[in-house]
Amino acid sequence: MMMHSPLVSIATLAVMLAGSALAQNPGRGPGSAFHSTGAAKAWTAPRTPDGQPDLQGVWTNNTVTPLERPKDLIGKEFYTDAELAAGMKKEHERLDLNVEEGRPTEPGTADDVHYDFSEYGLDRAQTKLAWNKRTSIIVGADGIIPPLTPEAAKRRAEHRAKARGHQFDGPENMSLSARCIARANVGPPLLPAAYNSNLQIVQGAGYVVIEAEMIHDARIIPTDGRPHIAKNVKQWMGDSVGHWEGNTLVIDTTNFTDRNPFEDAQNVHVVERLTRVAPDTILYQFTVEDPGMWTKPWSGELPITKMEGQLYEYACHEANYGLVNTLNGARVAEAEAAKAGK
Amino acid sequence: MPAWSQAPAYRAPRTADGKPNLNGIWQANNSADWDLQGHAAAQGPVYALGAVFSIPPGLSVVEGDEIPYLPAAAAKQKENHANWVKMDPEVKCYLPGIPRATYLPYPFQIVQSRENIMMAYEYAGAVRAINMGAPTKAPADSWMGWSNGHWEGETLVVDVTSQNEDTWLDRAGNFHSEALHVVERYTPRSADVLNYEATIEDPKVFSRPWKISMPLYRRVEKDARLLEYKCAEFTEELLYGSLRKKASK
Repeated sequence: MMMHSPLVSIATLAVMLAGSALAQNPGRGPGSAFHSTGAAKAWTAPRTPDGQPDLQGVWTNNTVTPLERPKDLIGKEFYTDAELAAGMKKEHERLDLNVEEGRPTEPGTADDVHYDFSEYGLDRAQTKLAWNKRTSIIVGADGIIPPLTPEAAKRRAEHRAKARGHQFDGPENMSLSARCIARANVGPPLLPAAYNSNLQIVQGAGYVVIEAEMIHDARIIPTDGRPHIAKNVKQWMGDSVGHWEGNTLVIDTTNFTDRNPFEDAQNVHVVERLTRVAPDTILYQFTVEDPGMWTKPWSGELPITKMEGQLYEYACHEANYGLVNTLNGARVAEAEAAKAGK
Repeated sequence: MPAWSQAPAYRAPRTADGKPNLNGIWQANNSADWDLQGHAAAQGPVYALGAVFSIPPGLSVVEGDEIPYLPAAAAKQKENHANWVKMDPEVKCYLPGIPRATYLPYPFQIVQSRENIMMAYEYAGAVRAINMGAPTKAPADSWMGWSNGHWEGETLVVDVTSQNEDTWLDRAGNFHSEALHVVERYTPRSADVLNYEATIEDPKVFSRPWKISMPLYRRVEKDARLLEYKCAEFTEELLYGSLRKKASK
């Protein structure tokens, strides 16, 4: 796939997802039994030949649950059964009516040339969705990313003020995702993207690999108890080390570059927990902290669902016409403005 | 067969499911990425970099030291070689394809399970999952191609098809078409060395199949691991610099 959605940051992702209705489409594949952490305690995870809990396979964390809770639901962590049913019905009607992205178009019309998510299987309804009663991925009474510390707020404001009016000056002014460098869905933490929220997990002796289809990022997690790499070696995906706690893979990640999708966070520390709670469901939980960035840690939870098929190669940088066209367009606009000004 | 590969039969340690255990971080230690064929040292393309980025010498990794190009393809290779810096997809941080990914000057890691063998390459974050089940067909051509694997005794055999025509075989302009078919063989030679062979077949470019071979060495450092070499960023000035806003007067 060579299209890009302008996923700039976690905050943008949250905004995009917040617009979605809570839904699962009952007509297109079975939903998982996942409801909340307490469910499916009796499940015994299968084991790999060397005795690790087996998390392997192709998975998706495709969901309509927003990262942050919509303002009108503050204080309400879960939907009731009735609300869930109503939300599902609404989404089902949307699909039946094809009123949004899935709308078929008349060949030869302007609409037909317009970017159509459904044409590429990118409408969220075209892949499997996980059942979830949560009103937001972020857990707790607030359900939002906590406020920035005063220093972080100042830093961010300064950066944004400096960037204002210059966002198309050159490639380095563009978002990390437009530059095919890093994406918020890869994290860690792993968060759903607007599309292609697909993962493959492979386990070998002493390692777990989590590959995100977009952008073919394979995070290789040693589980042999080794420490993190030296503090001064910073990476886009940080440095992950893991260990098993019963059936749960616990991953600890540090060493993030401060140019990560969190916008200037200096010392992000992420802890993730992956537990296979049913044959087709991994419960994914995470906590993010950086005392210099946020006033308190924040945690989230969402199901990851098994899917059929394999990952496709998302060769992003190799076909980055979007970046070329955007910069080109900005230069043309400047030239025209200069001409008009004369 | 080159002398180095004539090792006495070696039986590798086994994984829990009884297969030769290839798990680890591996790296070629040669100058094959500069030129698969034998080559003398040469001046590099950037004078300012002097000795640190000139071309190291190397003996051939090609069996018989001949790449059997068809006449038109031989001319194309010469053109590629002459315009290396401008045309080599590695300069642009594009996905490297197989077999080039194996002998780029960066390590790669094998994570081996029963169903899939993941090969993750430090360069550009390239990755492929080798299907170890019943062979499957590629849904589409891609940069890293489609890999089906099986075991022949001590050897992991990987059949790679459906690569696009945009990757090269080295910095000397050796190339292929979308008809490329590569069969790779990974055979443990000792605890820390694999014999690597790749048979390269492409009837649009070569008059017959030909073969490369080289040892791959385990990165034995305690705490060895793949780090990120996300090189897209390092190519931005090269690829998009001309589209940058000019400084206003």
